Amino acid sequence: MSLIVRNLTVDHGAIRAIDNLSFIVEKRRLTAVIGANGAGKSTLLRTLSGLNPATEGKASWDEHNLLKGKAERHVRKGVSHVSEGKSVIPELTVEENLDLGALWRRNKKEADESKKYVLELFPRLGERLKQRADTLSGGERQMLAIGRALMSKPQLLLLDEPSLGLAPLVVEQIFQTIRDIVNSSSMTVLLVEQNAMGALKIADIGVVLNLGKIAAIGPAADLIADPAIRAAYLGY
Amino acid sequence: MNQFISSALIGFSQGSIYALMALALVLVFRSTRVVNFAQAGQAMVSTYIGWEVINRIESYWLAIPIAALGGAILAAAVQTFLMRPLSKRTSQGAIAPVANVIVTLGLLGVLHSGAAIIWGSGEKLLTSPVSVNGFKIGENVYPFSPTDVLVIVTSVIVMLIFAFIFKQTNLGLALRAAAFQPEISRLAGIRVDRVQTIGWAFSGAAGAVAGVLITPGNYLNPYSLDILLVFGFVAAVIGGLDSLVGAAVGGIVLGLTLSFTSQYVGTALTFVVPFVILLIVLLVRPNGLFGGRSSRSA
Repeated sequence: MSLIVRNLTVDHGAIRAIDNLSFIVEKRRLTAVIGANGAGKSTLLRTLSGLNPATEGKASWDEHNLLKGKAERHVRKGVSHVSEGKSVIPELTVEENLDLGALWRRNKKEADESKKYVLELFPRLGERLKQRADTLSGGERQMLAIGRALMSKPQLLLLDEPSLGLAPLVVEQIFQTIRDIVNSSSMTVLLVEQNAMGALKIADIGVVLNLGKIAAIGPAADLIADPAIRAAYLGY
Repeated sequence: MNQFISSALIGFSQGSIYALMALALVLVFRSTRVVNFAQAGQAMVSTYIGWEVINRIESYWLAIPIAALGGAILAAAVQTFLMRPLSKRTSQGAIAPVANVIVTLGLLGVLHSGAAIIWGSGEKLLTSPVSVNGFKIGENVYPFSPTDVLVIVTSVIVMLIFAFIFKQTNLGLALRAAAFQPEISRLAGIRVDRVQTIGWAFSGAAGAVAGVLITPGNYLNPYSLDILLVFGFVAAVIGGLDSLVGAAVGGIVLGLTLSFTSQYVGTALTFVVPFVILLIVLLVRPNGLFGGRSSRSA
């Protein structure tokens, strides 16, 4: 089982956001997609989760075609997406946000097990279950967004910039949790990040995206060691 | 019971009907961002359905749930076959905010004409199962009647059912989530299109009950509920247009004000007062009494 992207092209009006992209994400790996603003990172995730239409190409998770049908259909096939900017519903309580992710499963017992797992991962959410999500700090909201996605019991987790706007210590903690999730479960994670160094440090595989095309791909450690990548994307 | 209490109770009774209509408008607005002018027409058709039930099987008690069911089915059909395809085609460009308004206004016209063709434009009487004559205490007859009691009890029951569904059930959670953040709801696995249709169906049911409740004592014709739309809309805006609790409170506030105005100031001003209240609320609290933030993302 793996995520296979073949010759994927996505246009935003006249702008080509993703340009004939092909890559494979192997199961149980953490793959980080890095690149500058406008490289097409978010568009890639939004296309894979069914929020954006693709112009051409193929994308599948296992046997499931990701370019056909709506986002809610992909969730049922094990693909969960945490969209950019703390994707929680501020008007709902923390617990309601979590429950929402498991509604479609129509199985209270399994949902409760998932909730237990999420609250072990993020104990701070457990202390705030009855609070409205808009009372949470930025880091807590990101935890809630990831927790909501985990409530759908995904096999493939798409994470869009979980570090956005968070303090360095919180970022480190969230990155570590993402790494722990991959280590301790059968989940596959595709992580899109502006924070290239932080993402590559926890990733198995790195993909460098530039103007919708792959500029480099390989083991994350190799990318970190590559002087050209360091100069262009890691800033030293 | 003095005159003041009687006026208050009548205001409460009328206000609870406005509250139901406001609830209907808010349910549609918060889930699909449509201000549904056809709501008056849908409620009117539903009330005719209720009238048919009363005529054929002579049961007012069955008329309310059957009218509500008819209103729900009609609203779900309007959303599925008219509004959803429309919003898919007009979601971009300058026409987007205008298209919905024009189409619901057009639909109101279609429903007016359709009802006139089926039931005629003459007035129908929808009789209340209880007296519309006011209670008599000693020598004094007060305008507050057993029918008003029926109205208040029915409205409160309907609102409690809504409160239960929205706060306590999975469907209610999906309805609220899809209304606040459709995209995140999709990512959580909610079938947003289906949930929106259910929201419209609830709205149609609330409007239908409002129509059946307000008609006894008045007459039913294809245009008779249009004024209810105006009052319902004012109540909804007072409450913030986005809030179910706000709609209920807005309806009661409006009902009480109208009742006191006609009692102590004069019936001539009855139609001016709601707009004065509306203006004051909008000037002091532009998002209504229960409205949230001034802008919502997506």
